[in-house]
Amino acid sequence: MEAMKETVEESLREMRETFASGRTRSLKWRKAQIGAIYEMVKDNEDKICNALFQDLGKHSTEAFRDELGVVLRTATVAINCLDKWAVPKHSKLPLLFYPAKGKVISEPYGTVLVLSSWNFPISLSLDPLIGAIAAGNTVLLKSSELSPNASAFLAKTIPAYLDTKAIKVIEGGPDVATILLQHQWDKIFFTGSPKIGRIIMAAAAQHLTPVTLELGGKCPTIVDHLTISKNIKSVVKRIAGGKWGSCNGQACISVDYVLIEKSFAPTLIDMLKPTIKSFFGEIPKESGCLSRIANKQHVRRLSRLLSDPRVQASIVYGGSIDEDKLYVEPTILLDPPLDSEIMNEEIFGPILPIITVRDIQESIGIINTKPKPLAIYAFTNDENLKTRILSETSSGSVTFNDVMIQYMCDALPFGGVGESGIGRYHGKYSFDCFSHEKAIMEGSLGMDLEARYPPWNNFKLTFIRLAFREAYFKLILLMLGLKR
Amino acid sequence: MAAKKMFGAANASILVTDLRRSFDDGVTRGYEWRVTQLKKLLIICDNHEPEIVAALRDDLGKPELESSVYEVSLLRNSIKLALKQLKNWMAPEKAKTSLTTFPASAEIVSEPLGVVLVISAWNYPFLLSIDPVIGAISAGNAVVLKPSELAPASSALLAKLMEQYLDSSAVRVVEGAVTETTALLEQKWDKIFYTGSSKIGRVIMAAAAKHLTPVVLELGGKSPVVVDSDTDLKVTVRRIIAGKWGCNNGQACVSPDYILTTKEYAPKVIDAMKKELETFYGKNPMESKDMSRIVNSTHFDRLSKLLDEKEVSDKIVYGGEKDRENLKIAPTILLDVPLDSLIMSEEIFGPLLPILTLNNLEESFDVIRSRPKPLAAYLFTHNKKLKERFATTVSAGGIVVNDIAVHLALHTLPFGGVGESGMGAYHGKFSFDAFSHKKAVLYRSLFGDSAVRYPPYSRGKLRLLKALVDSNIFDIFKVLLGLS
Repeated sequence: MEAMKETVEESLREMRETFASGRTRSLKWRKAQIGAIYEMVKDNEDKICNALFQDLGKHSTEAFRDELGVVLRTATVAINCLDKWAVPKHSKLPLLFYPAKGKVISEPYGTVLVLSSWNFPISLSLDPLIGAIAAGNTVLLKSSELSPNASAFLAKTIPAYLDTKAIKVIEGGPDVATILLQHQWDKIFFTGSPKIGRIIMAAAAQHLTPVTLELGGKCPTIVDHLTISKNIKSVVKRIAGGKWGSCNGQACISVDYVLIEKSFAPTLIDMLKPTIKSFFGEIPKESGCLSRIANKQHVRRLSRLLSDPRVQASIVYGGSIDEDKLYVEPTILLDPPLDSEIMNEEIFGPILPIITVRDIQESIGIINTKPKPLAIYAFTNDENLKTRILSETSSGSVTFNDVMIQYMCDALPFGGVGESGIGRYHGKYSFDCFSHEKAIMEGSLGMDLEARYPPWNNFKLTFIRLAFREAYFKLILLMLGLKR
Repeated sequence: MAAKKMFGAANASILVTDLRRSFDDGVTRGYEWRVTQLKKLLIICDNHEPEIVAALRDDLGKPELESSVYEVSLLRNSIKLALKQLKNWMAPEKAKTSLTTFPASAEIVSEPLGVVLVISAWNYPFLLSIDPVIGAISAGNAVVLKPSELAPASSALLAKLMEQYLDSSAVRVVEGAVTETTALLEQKWDKIFYTGSSKIGRVIMAAAAKHLTPVVLELGGKSPVVVDSDTDLKVTVRRIIAGKWGCNNGQACVSPDYILTTKEYAPKVIDAMKKELETFYGKNPMESKDMSRIVNSTHFDRLSKLLDEKEVSDKIVYGGEKDRENLKIAPTILLDVPLDSLIMSEEIFGPLLPILTLNNLEESFDVIRSRPKPLAAYLFTHNKKLKERFATTVSAGGIVVNDIAVHLALHTLPFGGVGESGMGAYHGKFSFDAFSHKKAVLYRSLFGDSAVRYPPYSRGKLRLLKALVDSNIFDIFKVLLGLS
């Protein structure tokens, strides 16, 4: 640990020195670095897919769709848009201040820390990294020890492509994180659980370090069967794809549970079953298209969620567990009790509770009994319901008639609220996330108003009062002596 | 007179529960409610200015002009702006969608965070209490305001007026000190907005971390003023004096804290300052009614200590008189105090102005950079290149060239700190945004589904995904048409 402490201190020293040198301020440098990340991913597609397969049993298509493709796009957008993003924004000033000028420039925070997660270890490391670099910071990335192959890839390959005095990678677990958090950073970006989010923010508070916390929650999916019955096939496919098709339910925006009217639940279940089979075949464990559970600890956690007898009784599909193979079968539950553990913590796995309601409008009440999630999904064509969902629930985002895909929409901020997080990123929001918006006002030494200065008197008071109200005409009258 | 009720944990809990109920009932969401509350705040400013001025005179000895202009007028403008712009601010913002999420439409909806806490400061007790409350109400939140106990007359008046005029089911004032603040901080808030010292800022953020509550911290620092010899000296000096002693007698977060100028120019600066100080405050500044007094004996003793330190007391070149009974310290200028003296190590927040001389102005960048980032940094010069360099390389909350503090009045510029001087920003629309959650909303169609999204995965699907990511137009058409 002593060695690690020294490594961290030395890294910080070097990154701060690099930042102070001004090298990272150049847009050319930033684009070159981001371009290098692009090349790194393109050059090493097979290696990366292999690492993800080793760590999570992720299929290469899924790996590309959810990680490599995302990073390539993020890098392309950043390079193409950086000039635009970095332009100062001019502000209009009131006439009274003429000829003063105002603008806001985005400046890098300095030396930032990115703490990434294990479920999308490549994209959740490189996306924030690209944002930090685009904004002109020096960055230290700590990848997750729970995805060791991906972490090792990043630790070994990033130094080969990027400016090592400005961008560094450290591998390790909670003990390394603890050492890192003792130091002062200019910004911390964390992806992970709310529990650890609190620890990160408390540590950041000691140094007044601003944080972005991308956390999680139980993302509900409302299925308003009445109004989407014509497209029910698409709906079922999207839900199934959103649950099991992306890291097997281990994503912060995974479909956590479904809400549907009681009479339609059997239809939904009857359609989900063959859909799962069409995705993963008769034996999902052997399909090669279903990601594994992260580790035995998580398998046991999921097993525990299922062990509640009332939850056991609600299993209508699946339920088998193979701890050695890190496998939990795609499982569907029908109406597990709302007070069971599985309905009160983020599942983060391939178990899908279906909660029935008498009237779909009741879903809103149920959603509001839980902490604000990262995403709410709703399949409906009822405009009224859409409006109610938007105004009566709160979440990081709301997606109508699809799941997960809001992640791809660069023009939308990606982040949580309440328990699901603080701050946001993606697209320009990533650039903003790692920038301090500095206000700059430039006054003129030429025009000086006596009224600004003591000693005070009634004239000056009246003058200033009028000036503030921008009552320019009365101001002129005052100055001409025509107003008392 | 009835004994003051103790406000403890139980009271805080009930308070938050009450306000949360009001918020959940939708009391604060509507446009009408927000407008009504804002109009009531305007009535407070219009009908109670004399009482406000009197309270500020009691608490701080603040001259009428300062109270009227820097507290009431600024507030009036802030409220009027909110009333004028609220519909615009509340409207959803359209966002661009890309080919990967086609067909879809996206928007960003501003929603209130919920129940928020505003903790204000003693130096501008009305401005710093009501301005954030304007933001909170505009954004549709329920709000608790805790004014500073160090300005008791203002605190009592705020409590009285806000109870009299505003909707107490959603807007409350809690008066008190450490006990009350601690009780409040134990509760779960949806946002905390704090104005005050960096030391307490850490305490606030640590408390907020327990509940993952986002914070805005408006703190302080040593705001430097760089004076170039290529400037209009008279105007420069007058603006510095008005910005320092004319704004609560140096007790402001953006007060010019110390001056940096060349050895050659310093004598001219000092002479000019002495001359203008006498013009503003007369030969006996201790008797001038145009300056606030020191707020209390604790701060008086703190400032005394700064002046009395060995190696500092002999550097006084103007002023230095103290009157503890009347809590007055004369405008005092010091020349070349040691860099490691107390007066150069903490935010002065009083009527003392050290001038540090350098061999050349270049050195000022290093001096500033070697210290924590301040809330504001000032430069007086005609030199365009110097202005450019200063604006881009000095990191501070905000930069003002050729003036002092005026940027506070500009609602088109975000006002906030960075590093030790704080996080987050407000004023104008930035206040509305500070108290809002920007919810991302994606509307997707149930048509236009491509098999490429779903398992079982194949090389073919991988190819198509890559095409989508690369935005190769021909390949995309193939994908959308379900070909290939």
